[in-house]
Amino acid sequence: MGNEEAVLFSRVLTELTLSFHIIYATIGVGIPLMIMIAQWVGIKKQDEHYILLARRWTRGFVITVAVGVVTGTAIGLQLSLLWPNFMELAGNVIALPLFMETFAFFFEAIFLGIYIYTWDRFKNPKKHLLLLIPVAIGASFSAIFITVVNAFMNAPQGFDLVNGQLVNVNPILAMFNPAMPTKVAHVLATAYMTSAFVLASIGAFRLLKGSNHVYHKKALLLTMKMGLIFSIAAAVIGDFSGKYLAEYQPEKLAAAEWHFETEKGAPLILYGVLADGEVKYAIKIPSALSILAHSTPNAEVIGLDQFAKDETPPLYIHYLFDVMITIGVWMTLLSFVFLIGSWRKWKLISSNLFRWLIVLGGPLSIIGIEAGWWMAEVGRQPWILRGLMRTKEAATTSGQVDVMLLLFSGLYIVLAIGSVVVLTRMFRKNPVERELADRASEKEGATV
Amino acid sequence: MTLEVIGISVLWIFLFGYVIIASVDFGAGFFNAYSTLTGQQHILTKVIQRYLSPVWEVTNVFLVFFFVGIVGFFPKTAYYYGTVLLVPASLAIILLAIRGSYYAFATYGGLTNRKRYTFIYGISGLLIPASLSIVLTISEGSFVKVGSTGPTLNYWSLFKSPLTWSIVVLSLTAVLYISSVFLTWYAHQAKDDRATALLRKYALIWAGPTLITASGIIVELKAHNPEHYERLLDLWWLFGLSVILFMGTVYLIWRKQSYGVAFGLLVGQFFLAFFGYGISHYPYLLYPYLTIFDSFTNKSMATALIVVFIAGLGLLIPSLYLLVKLFLFNKEYVQGKRNNHA
Ligand code: HDD
Ligand code: HEM
Ligand code: HEM
Repeated sequence: MGNEEAVLFSRVLTELTLSFHIIYATIGVGIPLMIMIAQWVGIKKQDEHYILLARRWTRGFVITVAVGVVTGTAIGLQLSLLWPNFMELAGNVIALPLFMETFAFFFEAIFLGIYIYTWDRFKNPKKHLLLLIPVAIGASFSAIFITVVNAFMNAPQGFDLVNGQLVNVNPILAMFNPAMPTKVAHVLATAYMTSAFVLASIGAFRLLKGSNHVYHKKALLLTMKMGLIFSIAAAVIGDFSGKYLAEYQPEKLAAAEWHFETEKGAPLILYGVLADGEVKYAIKIPSALSILAHSTPNAEVIGLDQFAKDETPPLYIHYLFDVMITIGVWMTLLSFVFLIGSWRKWKLISSNLFRWLIVLGGPLSIIGIEAGWWMAEVGRQPWILRGLMRTKEAATTSGQVDVMLLLFSGLYIVLAIGSVVVLTRMFRKNPVERELADRASEKEGATV
Repeated sequence: MTLEVIGISVLWIFLFGYVIIASVDFGAGFFNAYSTLTGQQHILTKVIQRYLSPVWEVTNVFLVFFFVGIVGFFPKTAYYYGTVLLVPASLAIILLAIRGSYYAFATYGGLTNRKRYTFIYGISGLLIPASLSIVLTISEGSFVKVGSTGPTLNYWSLFKSPLTWSIVVLSLTAVLYISSVFLTWYAHQAKDDRATALLRKYALIWAGPTLITASGIIVELKAHNPEHYERLLDLWWLFGLSVILFMGTVYLIWRKQSYGVAFGLLVGQFFLAFFGYGISHYPYLLYPYLTIFDSFTNKSMATALIVVFIAGLGLLIPSLYLLVKLFLFNKEYVQGKRNNHA
């Protein structure tokens, strides 16, 4: 196998592993926070329903964490296996957050083990809730640290390159690179948003399937509230991400926006298709790109004409950008209408159609995550470390990547099927109604 | 102590931690499968599940810590080992992934078809240490050649080397021995006399082979890597102490006394041998290409990593203590009187 092929297969395998891991990882970052909120509301309101909600989410969460952990272990090793040259260079500068991440994993893993095996063990339920805080902190910090590494790939700093030698390395400066604040904040906000909508879609699905239990209604209201808050946050921070790009990675923004010529008062192009260098069927909002990039309608936005052809990212990232933004705006609207509706007691929001839209919201949010990451990562190409190292220089020279790709594809299929089967069976076998009844009789048994 | 030595010592300690707790886990899976085959599963399953359930994820993090840490402290290892380990490490990841996730599916998700699952779980517990132990063999040199396109691994010479197979066999016997001694103690704490008796028998069975295979490695090394062998002999007293501790464990298990102390002696035995091996390997990470000195990261990164490590330990030690206190040393939990699973 020539090196071209090794590069190609390494890319495909990286894309596959990350795209798979990110589903479970995103859920793993957001769900502990949701569990914490539900359990806290439950304790505060003395409402058994919220407590049970927390408990059932925890059970599902354990399964997704397991897949997150094993696929995460895979990607962690694959970074060295597939991109040895990159890791050798990056290891010198950005190893610190990766190392910190393992402590976040430790922290999360230990307390998750304790949390799931101590339900009802403490007299004071608040003590049990306290055990969840390290889980949520650990999960969010894993996301923060790994995103710091990714931010560094987009805006490397904190060292000098003299004759190919790394000197004056400053690990702290490398961590606090310009891409870091917006990236970390956007990733966290979208992870919370996605988790909330995934949980909402489960609640809506149960209601559609004939259960009319108030438990599901409480679950739906709570998760839609969270979803709205975090989708607004995602959009606001996304706007800042755009401003970051305009300043530090203008080629990515220009490619995502099909902004070919540097100009003032640049229009924002939404949707459309690119045929022979012509943009067709697009919606053009005058001056909106200038506002997105620099907050003033007249500002100049750098276009693709300023970049060498072999340093321009693929133009198809525009579609990914559209997908992400559309999903963001759509989910904000949907949850907003739902909350107004439940406040004003609209019939609309308990109609089947509306509930199906909520069910759809979970998968849509995950698609949003995938589209966003693909946009960000493909938009960095041809660089693996922007401006310093090209992706094709970073890959392994090993000849067996194609076989490994096949093996890992098989693994992910097994894991995907396994986790879906187990999750559905787990909740079907033990419906809420029965569990509530069981718990009530247990309580009586205890007081008699 | 130089920064290099501090770095490698930290990593080696965590690798040792992984070896011990993962061995307990791997061996437990095997014994569980074996006893299912011989129709005795009711004796062991409960004890094993109760131990494994809260800790399996923590075990995995020890491994992650090691490979993230080694790339951090010694970035050149990413280049050498990353290139040559693609196949063996990928196989190990796949096995770990299947094992870990299906463990969670079965325990928390009530996956049915337990028999087949138990069997796969048991076998994977032996294949994983075998495939991971290959890394130690490779580190002894002569299997990797560095050419113009980078390092390559000679699979065939690796496959037919007796050193490879003696390390594989050692990893298996050690896994079974470590885990049976630990579980004997655990079952005894759980007041499960039948399980204790069975596991005690396994411990006595696997003690001999562990010692024999470990000595076998030393003989193999003499032919394969004389330089390492010489340095190993210089440390004879460490290995001698290790053998004394080994005899202590076997004696206590045989006399059915103080299983906890027996396990403590076992940890000491492996600690001395593991460090004896590690120290004699010094300064090489990969004979003869890579030493801890020429692969080391820059000074500011090393300092930052060590500072983070110390701060991290401050978080980690109390948390691990809490975990152990709640599950390992909690009589009610160990004896199965509590079940507070979510
Ligand atoms: C449900 C997911 C989701 C939603 C609804 C949005 N995003 Fe997003 N976006 C992500 C999920 C995401 C992500 C997966 O989290 C990315 C990929 C890499 C990153 O840093 O975050 C991302 C990256 C990303 C980037 C590139 C950052 C970079 O490459 O450094 C920009 C400019 C935006 N987003 C902007 C927006 C805007 C203006 C949105 C308005 C609604 C929006 N995103 C909604
Ligand atoms: C810190 C986090 C991350 C690191 C260190 C990282 C590493 C890499 C590497 C080494 C490449 C080059 C391979 C290639 O071009 O195909 C790459 C590209 C890519 N990564 Fe990331 N990645 C990170 C986060 C993510 C996440 C979370 C995703 C989510 C799905 C992702 C998706 C991709 C995709 C789709 C490519 C392919 C780009 C292309 O082929 O044009 N990355 N990333
Ligand atoms: C931004 C995208 C990512 C997010 C949000 C994320 C988050 C997570 C989460 C929540 C877990 C589960 C940890 C646990 O419960 O213990 C996890 C596991 C893991 N992730 Fe990712 N991850 C991302 C991308 C990556 C990348 C690019 C790497 C590679 C460096 C990686 C490496 C790992 C590893 C090694 C594990 C397993 C840890 C363990 O054994 O406990 N992740 N990740």
